[in-house]
Amino acid sequence: MEYEAVIGLEVHVELKTNAKAFCGCTTAFGGEPNTHVCPVCLGLPGVLPVINRQVVEFGLKTALALNCQVAPFCKFDRKNYYYPDLPKNYQISQYDLPLARGGHLKITVDGEERVIGITRVHMEEDAGKLIHVDGPDGGYSLVDYNRTGVPLLEIVSEPDLRSPAEARAYMEKLRTILQYLDVSDCKMEEGSLRCDANVSVRPRGSQSFGTKTEVKNLNSFRSLQRALEYEIERQVAILESGGRVEQATMAWDENRGVTYVMRTKEEAQDYRYFPDPDLVPLEIDAAWIERVRRELPELPDARCRRLIDDYGLPAYDAGVITSSRDLADYFDRVVALYPDAKTVSNWIMGDFLRLLNAGNLEPGQSPVPPEEMASLLQLQKEGTISGKIAKQVLEEMFATGKGARQIVEEKGLVQISDAAALTQIVEEVLAANPGVVEDYRNGKDKALGFLVGQVMKATRGKANPGLVNRLLKERL
Amino acid sequence: MPITTAEVEHVALLARLKLTPEEKAAYTGQLNAILEYMDKLNALDTTDVEPTAHVLPLRNVFRDDVARPGLPREKALAGAPAASEGQFKVPRVV
Repeated sequence: MEYEAVIGLEVHVELKTNAKAFCGCTTAFGGEPNTHVCPVCLGLPGVLPVINRQVVEFGLKTALALNCQVAPFCKFDRKNYYYPDLPKNYQISQYDLPLARGGHLKITVDGEERVIGITRVHMEEDAGKLIHVDGPDGGYSLVDYNRTGVPLLEIVSEPDLRSPAEARAYMEKLRTILQYLDVSDCKMEEGSLRCDANVSVRPRGSQSFGTKTEVKNLNSFRSLQRALEYEIERQVAILESGGRVEQATMAWDENRGVTYVMRTKEEAQDYRYFPDPDLVPLEIDAAWIERVRRELPELPDARCRRLIDDYGLPAYDAGVITSSRDLADYFDRVVALYPDAKTVSNWIMGDFLRLLNAGNLEPGQSPVPPEEMASLLQLQKEGTISGKIAKQVLEEMFATGKGARQIVEEKGLVQISDAAALTQIVEEVLAANPGVVEDYRNGKDKALGFLVGQVMKATRGKANPGLVNRLLKERL
Repeated sequence: MPITTAEVEHVALLARLKLTPEEKAAYTGQLNAILEYMDKLNALDTTDVEPTAHVLPLRNVFRDDVARPGLPREKALAGAPAASEGQFKVPRVV
């Protein structure tokens, strides 16, 4: 039988506010343990949390960008559980009246666009970090509450995803949108963007759902995809052998490449939600929503459309460039100075991204400012340097931070476009390769390429290739 | 009786309370008395009454997004039964 997967994602994103959600402690990442804490986030007796206005603003931006309906009235609830990552024994969250519901985003996988529903977006607080230490009597745990109370948005998708690749595309699209909105650092390696996946399988074409498991600890796009592939295979194998999938919470073990059971249905959590009496409800009126909507930046889909319509870029190019706001900004700034959009796009998608990746840099951290990228392309267009040399110069610009013109002058890379200067080299190459010359005259067109290559080699890539071609042909 | 001893045991477990058989019986009775009173309230027609989200008539109370120093670490850890390496030290539960 053929099976299909049904996947829904719960994404947690840390908001980049200055202060925590309900107190004035800094949200800075790192820091010595327990140095970003106060009586409120430590849950000491007698304190009162007050919601940070920026958390609501960021929540609204996100909800609107995800096409959600913002609730005119929402409140905070206590989610009760006993685990020392939260000192109060409850997490402030939103239960039955979340900030927003009913949105969607679009993903494209293998050229097919799909609309993925967003069930809800709600605000809550992050928990602290535990380090488990082995020892006698079961060992102990050390708790750092620096992260406790950092604002989170939980974004829950509908079970609309049908493959690990779609789940990954959804997660990547969501991150891109969050980056455009500038509401989070979205650093999966630092935990500011995290994901749990609900997954089940069913016979293809079936309308009912199979028993699902929830997979936790998916801290990179790669683990998300790998864990889902593994878990789907595991569930299908159980069904194929006539078994039944047990509802359970699983964890992903990145090193072993397997999912394993954390707890079963019998041990399922009972969070006993109830309204938090310490926090008053929120009323978000139409004027507030409209103000936030007006302030939304151009979002990835619209920007992608604009690059296609205004610059005539292929959809693929526009998709790659707009997958990062910083990259799209970079593109726009280069094109403003060097208006051949397709050439700019080729350079950005090719050597520029390759050199960024090699240096483990984000587009916003490029050592080559857009003005210098434009001047490099200008040098090539003027014929001052060849395309091959331009690639070398870009590498040099990445390595040294120097400007394109400066490198070309310092290294004497100016293209040789003087026929007199090249003629002698051309003659030498012809004299040294009589066999190849013969081949060409006998109709082997490829032989010309070899001869051009030899001239380029002799000039260390500086000869003007068009001119070399012409000079060679004149003599053959 | 809507609440059974088994439910009291479940709630006690969730709240990490260890109850004696006498206490279980006592709480079963007390919880049922409270729920019976709820039944009395349920007899009222509340069709046109908004659910109460909060007892105070306040909405939209915010703090500004300004970070400020919290507690010095020694003070933060002062009330902890055990501490080590600048962190709260607790029994390991997983």
